[in-house]
Amino acid sequence: MSESENASGKMQVSDDVTIELRGVHKWYGQFHVLKDINLNVHRGERIVICGPSGSGKSTMIRCINRLEEHQQGRIIVDGTELTDDVKHIDQVRREVGMVFQHFNLFPHLTVLENCCLAPIWVRKMPRREAEAAAMKYLEKVKIPEQAKKYPGQLSGGQQQRVAIARSLCMNPNIMLFDEPTSALDPEMIKEVLDTMIELAESGMTMLCVTHEMGFAKTVANRVIFMDGGEIIEENEPNEFFNNPRSDRTKLFLSQILQH
Amino acid sequence: MTEHTPHPDLAPPASAVGFVGWLRSNLFSSPWNTVLSLFSIYILYLAIPPIISWAFLESTWIGDTREACADTAGACWVFVKVRMDQFMYGFYPESEYWRINLAFGLLIVLGIPLFIKRFQHKGKLAAFILVFYPIIAFQLFSGGNFGLEHVETSRWGGLSLTLVLAGVGIVASLPLGVVLALGRRSQMPIVKSVCVVFIEFWRGVPLITVLFMSSVMLPLFLPEGTNFDKLLRAMIGIALFQSAYMAEVVRGGLAAIPKGQYEAAEALGLSYWKSMGLIILPQALKLVIPGIVNTFIALFKDTTLVLIIGLFDLLAIIQQAFADPDWLGFSIEGYVFAASIFWIFCFGMSRYSMALEKKLHTGHAR
Repeated sequence: MSESENASGKMQVSDDVTIELRGVHKWYGQFHVLKDINLNVHRGERIVICGPSGSGKSTMIRCINRLEEHQQGRIIVDGTELTDDVKHIDQVRREVGMVFQHFNLFPHLTVLENCCLAPIWVRKMPRREAEAAAMKYLEKVKIPEQAKKYPGQLSGGQQQRVAIARSLCMNPNIMLFDEPTSALDPEMIKEVLDTMIELAESGMTMLCVTHEMGFAKTVANRVIFMDGGEIIEENEPNEFFNNPRSDRTKLFLSQILQH
Repeated sequence: MTEHTPHPDLAPPASAVGFVGWLRSNLFSSPWNTVLSLFSIYILYLAIPPIISWAFLESTWIGDTREACADTAGACWVFVKVRMDQFMYGFYPESEYWRINLAFGLLIVLGIPLFIKRFQHKGKLAAFILVFYPIIAFQLFSGGNFGLEHVETSRWGGLSLTLVLAGVGIVASLPLGVVLALGRRSQMPIVKSVCVVFIEFWRGVPLITVLFMSSVMLPLFLPEGTNFDKLLRAMIGIALFQSAYMAEVVRGGLAAIPKGQYEAAEALGLSYWKSMGLIILPQALKLVIPGIVNTFIALFKDTTLVLIIGLFDLLAIIQQAFADPDWLGFSIEGYVFAASIFWIFCFGMSRYSMALEKKLHTGHAR
């Protein structure tokens, strides 16, 4: 991707805040995982979240679609506040897609059925329409020919692309990626990253927990570094990689960029 | 630069494949294995020929009275033949046998399309069978309407009663077991404790006690004059008892589904019931098919226990026939016949479950 495209991509970011985390705390039993997280995500923004394991980065994005419950503070997604109210949770989950480290495709359903399931049962879309839409997204992730296969018959990279297509079938406004390439063989990482870059170019709001720093440099508007349950530093990628402010960030970067 | 020529594929040595290879690796792979194999073959040699000769070669099939068997060393199948109607239909009036035949025939005819691959409306047909077939079958069995003679449940018996008990038990215990298993894993403390207490209660008492209680004790607690059919009570007892076992089998399957599947379903916005019905249960039930069928088989055989409350299932009616003064001394034939019938049904279920497992297998495991 050239520099100018990147810049024009970044211009799509609007002023309205689509995800707002205010003073969010979370505990697992006695363990304080998230400590006073404050974050505003604007529409069309691409955020990469990195940090050592156990730093709370996955937990944070999993709070955004309530796979994890926060105990203090407020999380507002697309104008809906996440509380115990199941209606609000369902509302948010319909608008927020998620891609997991281990794909989590449904092994008893074909690729096409995986993609159509939620549109049919949650959005009440007629089957034919849902299938047409699913094929469109499968083409977008470049595996329409695998539609009739079962997930177990696909490679890791293909499975992850199906997982992305499955999320897109719900027409989400926001996509969350939880270490989407960490479980993949090296040769399959690129095909998934290419799909994600394409998605980023289409203006999707994205939050990605990933250690792919190349990806961060190419598509992110902002990189967030977390450690010990706190946001240590956030900056636009160039500044983040070239002039990290905190020592903790410097140490982390020196460790992952050494090779 | 050297060029790499791939090594051609060679055929394996003759001693490693085919019948000889099979014998070598399975029966005679070591001295100890050889000894065991020869010993087993000797045991089979001792056991099989006498059984075959008793059951087939020297047995009597023709005749109507015990005199026909007077000079046979083998089995007297005439006993079973003469009593066959009773073994199948119990004390059901002979002129009404067609109703039972029609009920079972109808089930087979309705069931066939479910096994035809190209048939489109399997779900609708299955729902029809589950909802309407029991009503039709009950009307046929019991009568009282449409000009059919009313037949008391106490006159039902034989294999048809065994099948009715097992069928009702199976159809009722699976859904109930699924609900209990889900309840036991529920986050809601009251639902959870109700399910735990229910399951542990029914698993903790013997089926004989359940049947005995339902037939002898329950009427004492009910108001005078309420007459609750004995067969119905036995059915409810069996269904509740087996549903507790079923719940534990299903729970095992639910526990084996990775957390990621629950999360993916949630993240897509599926509600609890939809994610259970569409994602979790299809996988969990498939995983525990062997355990479910195991429970079905146990249930099928446990129906014989109804003889202690005076219902004449297949085994009870065969035993009852031993007391006939005309046919004293043919209990071995009777028991062998009962065992073969039970074996055929149980083996059938077991093979069907294996076929089902194979059919539902989708590529590699997760």
